[in-house]
Amino acid sequence: MKKLQKNQIGRDVPEHIQQMGDVKPYIRSGKRKEKYITESDKVYTGKVVGSLKEAIVKAGLQDGMTISFHHHLRAGDMVLPKVMEAIDELGIKDLTICASSLTSSHECLIDYIKKGVVTSLQTSGMRGELGKQVSRGLLDTAVVFRTHGGRARAIQKGDVTIDVAFIAASCCDDMGNMNGQQGPSAFGSMGYAMVDARYAKKVVAVTDNLVDFPAYPVSIPQTLVDIVAEIDQIGDPELMGQGATRKTKSPLELTIAEYASKVLIASGLIKNGFSYQAGTGGVSLAVVRFLRDYMKENHIIGSFGSGGITSTMVELLNEGLFTGLLDVQTFDKGAVESIRNNGNHIEMDAGTYADPLTKGCVTNNLDIMILSATEVDVNFNVNVLTASNGYVMGALGGHPDTAAGAKLAIVVCPLTRKRIPIVVDEVMTICTPGPSVDVVVTERGIAVNPNNPLLKAELVKAGLPVVDIKELRDMAYSITGKPNPPKFGENIIGVVEYRDGTVIDMIKNVID
Amino acid sequence: MYKMRTMLFCPANKPKMYLNAPVFKPDCILFDLEDAVAMSEKDAGRDLLCKAVETLEFGDCMVFARVNGTGTPFFEDDVRAIVPSGIRYMRLAMCDCPDDVVVLDQLLSEVEKECGIEDGTVKIQCSIETAKGVLNARDTVKASDRVISLSFGAEDYTNSMGTVRTREGNELSYARTYLPVVAAEAGITAVDTVWSNYKDEEGFAEEVKWAKTLGFTGKSCIHPSQIKIAHQLLSPSEAEIEHAQRVVDAEREATAAGIGVFTVDNKMVDYPIINKAKRILIQAGRLEK
Repeated sequence: MKKLQKNQIGRDVPEHIQQMGDVKPYIRSGKRKEKYITESDKVYTGKVVGSLKEAIVKAGLQDGMTISFHHHLRAGDMVLPKVMEAIDELGIKDLTICASSLTSSHECLIDYIKKGVVTSLQTSGMRGELGKQVSRGLLDTAVVFRTHGGRARAIQKGDVTIDVAFIAASCCDDMGNMNGQQGPSAFGSMGYAMVDARYAKKVVAVTDNLVDFPAYPVSIPQTLVDIVAEIDQIGDPELMGQGATRKTKSPLELTIAEYASKVLIASGLIKNGFSYQAGTGGVSLAVVRFLRDYMKENHIIGSFGSGGITSTMVELLNEGLFTGLLDVQTFDKGAVESIRNNGNHIEMDAGTYADPLTKGCVTNNLDIMILSATEVDVNFNVNVLTASNGYVMGALGGHPDTAAGAKLAIVVCPLTRKRIPIVVDEVMTICTPGPSVDVVVTERGIAVNPNNPLLKAELVKAGLPVVDIKELRDMAYSITGKPNPPKFGENIIGVVEYRDGTVIDMIKNVID
Repeated sequence: MYKMRTMLFCPANKPKMYLNAPVFKPDCILFDLEDAVAMSEKDAGRDLLCKAVETLEFGDCMVFARVNGTGTPFFEDDVRAIVPSGIRYMRLAMCDCPDDVVVLDQLLSEVEKECGIEDGTVKIQCSIETAKGVLNARDTVKASDRVISLSFGAEDYTNSMGTVRTREGNELSYARTYLPVVAAEAGITAVDTVWSNYKDEEGFAEEVKWAKTLGFTGKSCIHPSQIKIAHQLLSPSEAEIEHAQRVVDAEREATAAGIGVFTVDNKMVDYPIINKAKRILIQAGRLEK
């Protein structure tokens, strides 16, 4: 006879069964993972509230809890500032923010940290004044910096429990079916928020475009949503693509891009069915333009492009050069229009994109990844998080995820940037470990990881200017000199979590 | 003949260009002390140029300085400063007559002697920029053994003609037709004028093609984006190289067999064709001069 236990709804259930092992009895609170809810919890109507304050109260937000936000509106995001304002007015304190990333639109957090409303941050990165102040020791706790894949892993594995997820939706119905493709603030893929919606204890959809049921398409379904809060504006889509989709005309950047495209061609990976992630920024997008010409000339059709999607990649999809795009975040209006109208432009959640502990993530299927860098060192380690002055000013993004997953990971960067060397002895913060990086392409030479002698031989054969990475470092130092490192204190202001949850580096406080 | 398919203009008072210019791999970098530098910046530009040449590496690029004309108060200071710093190629602006070259030649000899540099080391490119300069060009380029090339400057030339530059370039026809002939006779390189609208790459390419047809083998460039286009158009194509190689190979076989006349691709080959083939292979770096 199996031992029984009584659950909160009053029924006897076994304590242990062979298929499940120990049985966790149903409890009214803490329902999550899967949304089995009690009769009394059923919410068929009445999810819509008229204000963020009402939503916060209804979600049961209390001191010490963890809340999440997402950066799909990037510099144009208004949801985090508005939610935080409401939380502050309600007098709630000691919150942890688990954000997919923090952008220039999130500097309000400085005040909320000073007031004790926010006491802990988990994010892919941060910039501007927030990064500067955090680097100086604004928080008493260390920021946990996670990759996009690492964040999905941490949520799914339970390393982080989100009490309330606030999800910006440019289109939502009264039951919480939502997407980012329709409405005046359309931003495209909800990739990062999709993970939170599945695992957060409470999910609040925040929308400026409440539509008649059913909203379509459904990126996050009503089955996962507790509350729908209607506000006047969730963000400014004009600001969402700032910088990311810049088409460079810089001769220097075009030189780097041309070298990188020649590396791709010489690698032999550009063939029918290859997969590709472009990254963002001037050089990466210029590489796509060179790649496009080569694919057309040689009648090559790739399988998929992935990651953050820009109009440049959409052009290749529309020209039939790729059969599909897998989109975790959409970078500009053209790409938003594409995901709305083109069935082969597919929305993808962050777990599918890059969670290394799933049974298969897209980054591990990549043939080629083009990456940027704030610094690269002679061991091919890459820093994308901290500036030469020690301040946090960037984000891990999917950098370590894609570098680890792709067959060929190419870092493109200038040798120097505004009198600062980019190829250095030792990066300030290791974000992506050197063994993940195959090639570093600069305007003055190309360095191949010694782990990859066959590739090096191919590049030399192709007549490319291949040099030892130490030569690149020497060239950089000959132009800029070797800079003095910034002064750091003894307080740890951040830890850099690798995609698998291990900690790869830490960041100490900057002393001005 | 010097390989000068591209001469990239860089204002001598802009530090960034000293670092970046070699990246674009022009055949020549031309640091400009003349029109690109304001009067108030002349000394600073000259000092910067000297320091940069002493300090930085420019790879395989020939480094030129465009010095101010002989009639300006900057001319002598330019020459006296930049030769000791290591500049070995000079473009002499507003080169109107043989005397301009003679003045520079004598000053260079003086400075070379003072610095312990072999006489004649520093070479001259005559910049022909006026109607007078065009008409005197034949004598001007022969005024010194240092002269290795001439360049055409269309902006000042059209001023001297009382006309304006157009996209089509008909106003430059006479000078453009005449100067390559002068260069060919003197055995020196002819470098065509700049194409100012660097965003108009199509117009630039058309102009390079036309200049090549007339006998120019180089182009002054004002933007790095022009270099690749000019190199492509001013270098022999793969088909030209391949044909030239077959002509030279056939000539070698014919000579060995004691045959005087032979054919390649069913066409009779004679000396002008052999010489042209050799010139193409030399340009392509496949044959020693």
